[in-house]
Amino acid sequence: MGAVVGTLTMGERTKGERRRPSRDKIDDDFELSIVCHRPEGLDKLEAQTNFSKQELQVLYRGFKNECPSGVVNEDTFKQIYAQFFPHGDASTYAHYLFNAFDSAHSGSIKFEGFIMALSTLLRGSVREKLTWTFNLYDINRDGYINKEEMTDIVSAIYDMMGKYTYPALKTDTPKQHVDAFFQKMDKNRDGVVTLDEFILSCQEDENIMRSLQLFKNVI
Amino acid sequence: MAAGVATWMPFARAAAVGWLPLAQKTMPKPPVDKKSRSDEILFVNVSGLRFQTWKNTLDRYPDTLLGSSEKEFFYNEETQEYFFDRDPEMFRHILNFFRTGKLHYPRHECIQAFEEELAFYGIIPEIIGDCCMEEYRDRKKENQERLAEDTEAENAGDAPLPPDATLRERLWRAFENPHTSTMALVFYYVTGFFIAVSVIANVVETVPCRPIKGSIKDLPCGEKFSVAFSCLDTACVLIFSFEYLMRLYAAPSRCDFARSVMSVIDVVAILPFYIGLVMPENEEVSGAFVTLRVFRVFRIFKFSRHSQGLRILGCTLQACASELGFLLFSLTMAVIIFATVMFYAEKGTKGTTFSSIPASFWYTIVTMTTLGYGDMVPDSIAGKIFGSICSLSGVLVIALPVPVIVSNFARIYHQNQRADKMRAQQKVRQARIRMAKKGATNAFLQHKEDGGLQDGDGDSTPLCVKNRSAFEHQHHHLLHCLEKTTNHEFTDEVTYSEVCVTDSVGFRTSRSTSLSSQQGATTTCCSRRAKRRAFRLANSTVSVSRGSVQELDTLHVTKTPAGTQYPQSRSSLNARTENLKLNCDDYTAAIISIPTPPANTPDESLPNSPAIPGILRNSRSSTFNTQETVKISSL
Repeated sequence: MGAVVGTLTMGERTKGERRRPSRDKIDDDFELSIVCHRPEGLDKLEAQTNFSKQELQVLYRGFKNECPSGVVNEDTFKQIYAQFFPHGDASTYAHYLFNAFDSAHSGSIKFEGFIMALSTLLRGSVREKLTWTFNLYDINRDGYINKEEMTDIVSAIYDMMGKYTYPALKTDTPKQHVDAFFQKMDKNRDGVVTLDEFILSCQEDENIMRSLQLFKNVI
Repeated sequence: MAAGVATWMPFARAAAVGWLPLAQKTMPKPPVDKKSRSDEILFVNVSGLRFQTWKNTLDRYPDTLLGSSEKEFFYNEETQEYFFDRDPEMFRHILNFFRTGKLHYPRHECIQAFEEELAFYGIIPEIIGDCCMEEYRDRKKENQERLAEDTEAENAGDAPLPPDATLRERLWRAFENPHTSTMALVFYYVTGFFIAVSVIANVVETVPCRPIKGSIKDLPCGEKFSVAFSCLDTACVLIFSFEYLMRLYAAPSRCDFARSVMSVIDVVAILPFYIGLVMPENEEVSGAFVTLRVFRVFRIFKFSRHSQGLRILGCTLQACASELGFLLFSLTMAVIIFATVMFYAEKGTKGTTFSSIPASFWYTIVTMTTLGYGDMVPDSIAGKIFGSICSLSGVLVIALPVPVIVSNFARIYHQNQRADKMRAQQKVRQARIRMAKKGATNAFLQHKEDGGLQDGDGDSTPLCVKNRSAFEHQHHHLLHCLEKTTNHEFTDEVTYSEVCVTDSVGFRTSRSTSLSSQQGATTTCCSRRAKRRAFRLANSTVSVSRGSVQELDTLHVTKTPAGTQYPQSRSSLNARTENLKLNCDDYTAAIISIPTPPANTPDESLPNSPAIPGILRNSRSSTFNTQETVKISSL
C-alpha cells in the first residue's frame, strides 16, 4: 500500500521536474523571436522603386504573410527557393542569391531589400539588370569575376538540375560552360571579367538582350 | 505546391535574370497572363456566414477547391459571391489554412465531419500542423477501432447462415456463438455447469469428512464417497471429451484448432482420466498418476470460453511478458547476491538452517518480500547484520521498484509505441506529401510530354495540354528557363537509369545478364554527382530485359519522355541526334547498320550514313552518345 502511494507521488514529481526545464527553454526562445521589422512608408517605397502602390501592396501582403516578423533569414530563403526546384539541390545557388539580395550583408533580407532587387530585375534598365547580375556572379565583391567564382555559380546552377537530366551531367560540364562563358565575355583575355567587359559582351549578344525583356510582366 | 510558395513566385522568376548571361540557348517566352494581376476581395458565403478574403490568399493553394477554377461552379451571379452549403464553423478552419498555411484540427469537432470537410475542399489531412497532428491521429485511430469493433460485432454474431450451410458449419457456429440458437445456448450452459461441478468436486473430495464407523481417523470425502466422486468425474470427463470431439469435427481448420490454447486446455483437462484408465493399479506409477490429477484443476481455465474477462487477463499477461521477465531477472540477481552472503556468513554456525546457497534462497526471498516466516533465522552476528541489510534492501529492491518499474515500463512502452507509431506515420505522411510534391514535378515532365513547350505560337496550344493554373504556367516556364540555361533537360529516374544502363552496356561486350551487374554498372557510371538527390519514383527498378533479340537493323525508338517534341528546334545536328534515345526494353540488338530516323525528328539534315557510330562521332564531343549506340548483343 505504502509502495503504491510512494509510486504515485514519485510519478507526479518526475513529471513536474520534467516540465520545468522545457518551459525555461521555451521562454528563452520566445524572447529571441520577437524581433520585428516594419518597412518604410508606402509612398517612400513607391518613389524609390518602379512599382505602383497596388503592386507594392500585393507584394507586401504576400511577404508579410510568409514572414510575419518582416525579415527573411538565409535558411528560410533556401527553403523557399528549394521548393521551386524539387529535382535538385538549390541551396548553394540560393546562398549566392541571398547574398545578392542582401546588399547590406546583414544576414537577413527585409522587405525594402526585397523590393529594391525586384524593382531592378523586373523594371530596371538593361544596365541596372546587368549590374545586378554581375554582382550576383562576383561573390567576393571585388569588382572582378574570376574563373573560380564563375565555376562556383555555374556548379550551383547545375546542382539545381538534380541528378536525372538528359543528357546526363558530367563532372566537367560546369567547367566547359564556364570556359565558353569566359570565351565570350573576357575581351582582353586577362582571366577576369570586369563590369564593363560584362555589360559590353552582353549588349553584343542578341539572345541575352531579347531574354532580358521577357521578364517585364512578372508582377 | 506547398504552402505560400505562390507568393514567392515573382521573386523566383525575377531571380532567373541571373541565369541569362550564362544561358546557352534563348529563353522561352513567358506564359501570357490573361487575367488582370490586381488583387481583389472575394466574398464567400458558407451557409449564410459571409467570409471575405483576398483572391491571392485562395490562389496560394491551386490544388484545392478554393484555389482552383472548381470554385467557379459555386459562384452565384446574382449575389456576386461564392456560395457553399457546408458547415460555416468548419469553414473557418479551412480559411485559416489558406491564410496562415497551417491546418489546425479543432478538438471539439467530430473527426469524421472534419475529414469530410477537408475532402470536400480538396485538402489532404496530412498537412495538419504538428501541433494538432497527434490529437488528430489519436482520435482517428480511436474512431476507426470503435467502428471496426462495431462492424465486427455485427458481422461476427448474428448474421444468419446461408441456408445451404453444412452440418459442420452450423455446428461450428453454434459452438462459437452460443447466442445464435437455443440448442447452442443450452449446450453452452450445460458445459459451464459441468465445469463448475467438476472443479467443485475436485475441491470437495479433499475435504476431511467424518470418518466411517469404526475408525478414528478423518477421511477425505473423496475416499469416503469414492464411488460417487468417481461417477461424477467420469460423467464430467465424458461430457468434456464429447465436447472436444465435436469441436474438433466442426472446426474449419482442424490443425489450427488443435494448436489453439483452448483446445490444449481441453486436452489437458481430460487427459489424466484416460491415462488413469490406461495405467494399471501399480504402486510405483500411482504416485505419478496422483500428480497427474493436479492437472484436473486446469478445467477451471475452460471458463475462459465463458468469460471475456479471463481472456483479456491472459492477453494482458502475454503483452507484459518482457517487463515481467526483466523484473524477475533483477530479483534473481538480488536474491543470489544476498543468499551467497548469508550462506557464507552463517557457515560457521553450528546446526544452521542455511545448509547451502540454494537453501538460503528461500530465506532471502522470504526476507526481501518482508514475509518473514521465521523458519530460517540467522544466528551469527554477521548473519544478523547482513540479514537486516537484506530485509532493508528488500524493501528497496522489491517493494519500491516494482510499482515504479511497472509504471515506468508502461510509460516507456507507450512512449515507444507512440514513437514508432509517429515514425511510421511520419514516413507515411512524408511519403504522401512527397507524392503530392512529385505530382508537381511530374506535372512539368508530363507537360513537356504533352508538347506544351512549343515556342512557335503561343495562342494555339496543343489540344492535349491540360488546363493548368497560372501558377503552374509560371513554374513550368521557370523550369524551362533553367533547362535552357544549362542546356540539359529534366528527366525522371526511370529514363535516366535506362539511359545510363545503355550507356554502360555499350562499353562492355560481356554476356552477363544478371540484373545486379547492370545495376552495378549503373551506379558506377552515373554516380558522378556528389550530391545525390534521390528522387525515387514508384517503380525505381531498372527493368532492362535482355530476353528478346531484336533484328539487327531496326531501331525501335519508342516515345521518349523528354526531348522528342521540339519541332521548332533550330539547334544543330548534334543536339538532335540525342533524340535517338533508345528504350532499353526493346533494344538488345547488335551493331546497327542502318539508322532509322525516329518518327518525330523533324531534322532532315541527318545524313544517311551506313553506320550510326559514324554519325554520332561527328556529333557533340561528349562520348556519351557514342557509347549510347555501340551495342553488342549480349545473348
